[in-house]
Amino acid sequence: MQKLLTWIDDRFPLTKVWKEHLAEYYAPKNFNFWYYFGSLALLVLVMQIATGIFLTMHYKPDTGLAFASVEYIMRDVDWGWLIRYMHSTGASFFFIVVYLHMFRGLLYGSYRQPRELLWLIGVVIFVALMAEAFMGYLLPWGNMSYWGAQVIISLFDAIPVIGPGLSEWIRGDFVVSDATLNRFFAFHVIAIPLILVALVFVHIVALHKVGSNNPDGVEIKKKKGADGHPLDGIPFHPYYTVKDIVGVTVFLMIFAAVMFFAPELWGWFLEPDNFVPANILQTPPEIVPLWYFTPFYSILRANVYNFLWIDAKIWGVIFMGLSIMVFFFLPWLDRSPAKSIRYRGWMYKTALTIFVVSFIILGYLGTKSPEIISMFWFKNVYWVQAFTVLYFAFFFLMPIYTKLDKTKPVPERVTWK
Amino acid sequence: MKKLLILLVMAGLPAGAFAAGGHKSCGTIDCDPVKIDLRDQASLQRGARVFVNFCLSCHSAGYMRYNRMGQDLGISEELVKENLLFATDKAGDLMKAVMPAEDAKQAFGVVPPDLSLIARSRKPAWVYTYMRSFYRDAKSPSGWNNTVFPHVAMPHVLYEWQGDQRAVFKKDEHGTEVLERLELERAGSMSKEKYDEAMRDLTNFLVYLGEPAKLVRYEIGVYVLIFLAVFLVFAYLLKKEYWKDIH
Repeated sequence: MQKLLTWIDDRFPLTKVWKEHLAEYYAPKNFNFWYYFGSLALLVLVMQIATGIFLTMHYKPDTGLAFASVEYIMRDVDWGWLIRYMHSTGASFFFIVVYLHMFRGLLYGSYRQPRELLWLIGVVIFVALMAEAFMGYLLPWGNMSYWGAQVIISLFDAIPVIGPGLSEWIRGDFVVSDATLNRFFAFHVIAIPLILVALVFVHIVALHKVGSNNPDGVEIKKKKGADGHPLDGIPFHPYYTVKDIVGVTVFLMIFAAVMFFAPELWGWFLEPDNFVPANILQTPPEIVPLWYFTPFYSILRANVYNFLWIDAKIWGVIFMGLSIMVFFFLPWLDRSPAKSIRYRGWMYKTALTIFVVSFIILGYLGTKSPEIISMFWFKNVYWVQAFTVLYFAFFFLMPIYTKLDKTKPVPERVTWK
Repeated sequence: MKKLLILLVMAGLPAGAFAAGGHKSCGTIDCDPVKIDLRDQASLQRGARVFVNFCLSCHSAGYMRYNRMGQDLGISEELVKENLLFATDKAGDLMKAVMPAEDAKQAFGVVPPDLSLIARSRKPAWVYTYMRSFYRDAKSPSGWNNTVFPHVAMPHVLYEWQGDQRAVFKKDEHGTEVLERLELERAGSMSKEKYDEAMRDLTNFLVYLGEPAKLVRYEIGVYVLIFLAVFLVFAYLLKKEYWKDIH
């Protein structure tokens, strides 16, 4: 065995990679609950790829066959229903896990120097994930798949001059059609997954270069022991591998509970209108994306005014694009001397709370018609406008309130138990 | 503790703060609740008989196979062949409507929708209420109307069982006619209770038809959760053992 390993090591840095990234990758010992979601995101990615491969064996990317092939998987393929539900439940859980992973970054300033690039790569992964989910949602060729794609692609029409040509180029047709389904299939099963896997790899390489942040926002590499290892660091393997097994098991229990007992999650994960085949003549009463897009969908619909010679619809597209792009600027918007929320003052705490509440309410209202009243007195569109302003205020006022905020002194070493 | 409290308050807030929309759950009326029990095999079998004898004349369940249905509902292949095959003689065939789509379009103006997934795209209570809400309406082409699905093209196929219902209207405060209730004009061969029971069986069957895996997934889910719970104990003990030397 040892001889085999030596033989390999002479030709490939197997032991070196194992040591650098697992056995001798020193992670802070004070990781808490929020630090499970990175490895969980990786788990879900692997699960989506594995189940996706099996779905691809039976799915037919053809407008005449797609819907029936999904039902064929659900009924006639052995364990097909399980594979399909793992994939559909996995899609929603991917976003749950990634949103919590990103929230962890906001809590503990994980995007701050020296982790700016790590954060930027992460935001690109998030954008790729959104593209992946959007294209995957067309594949079952249900009525909501169809109309959702129709609405979102037609957003490109709003771009001056090139817009109509661009959206036609994306669809490969004047409406969402067989050409669209086929290319979305290609993007969903190969192009974007390749990009995702490559980006995740780069994300981890960047993480291991700068080292993990922690709930105290303290750089553990500043205090090293006689052996050259950080005093507050512990080897990722075995400590965090055994800890992550616990996290994974709890995660799988929640995942299995949803998948086996409520895979539709009352219309939140699988929508009733998507159990009807795509029908070009019948628009669903309310065209609504799945929950993970609804905060951004709300922002898209927030603005109803034409101003600065630009059409309201185009402003909507600009605001939605900006609401995602603004995450890229986060490392340079934050001027606080402390990274972690533990040592920040009331201003950042309040701002973050308002941001999270805004995000959730925008998400909720994204599933409702703007013209009705779903909460307290005012029509939804007014609430959406108010919370869109708050959403952006979190980012654009950040240089001001993080500078004014009174921080507590950050300790030299991590706090522990 | 403070964090937990905030979390709880935030989780509880939406339930109270957000009012439901004002519209009715079943077209112009509210849905009647229906008890779905997929372990009640006799009910599923009775529902299957109604479905194949009546619904399948015009509607398809084109994603479902006869023999799969037979296996799931405890009906032998011989019995399926003898009693349930009208449109085909192969038990492995998909359940297609007896009436060709072209003829149906001629007769009703639309092709009757496939019913494989009707209990998933509509709610079971919707299906149950719909099947009990037909009434005579001389103004409609088929002579029938439905409070759950106004101006539906489908006539009341089971009127011989239920009898004929008639709509009773009243004037509201603005003077417009609104539906007050449906009343039985002519009794059918079944009592109200019997007919409701038959429609409950049919709805039960349609829930099964929408997702045959539902028969097994709850049970498998329980075993998976038990396994994971046991695994969690050992995973936790392993973690504790390793971490005891971290100070």
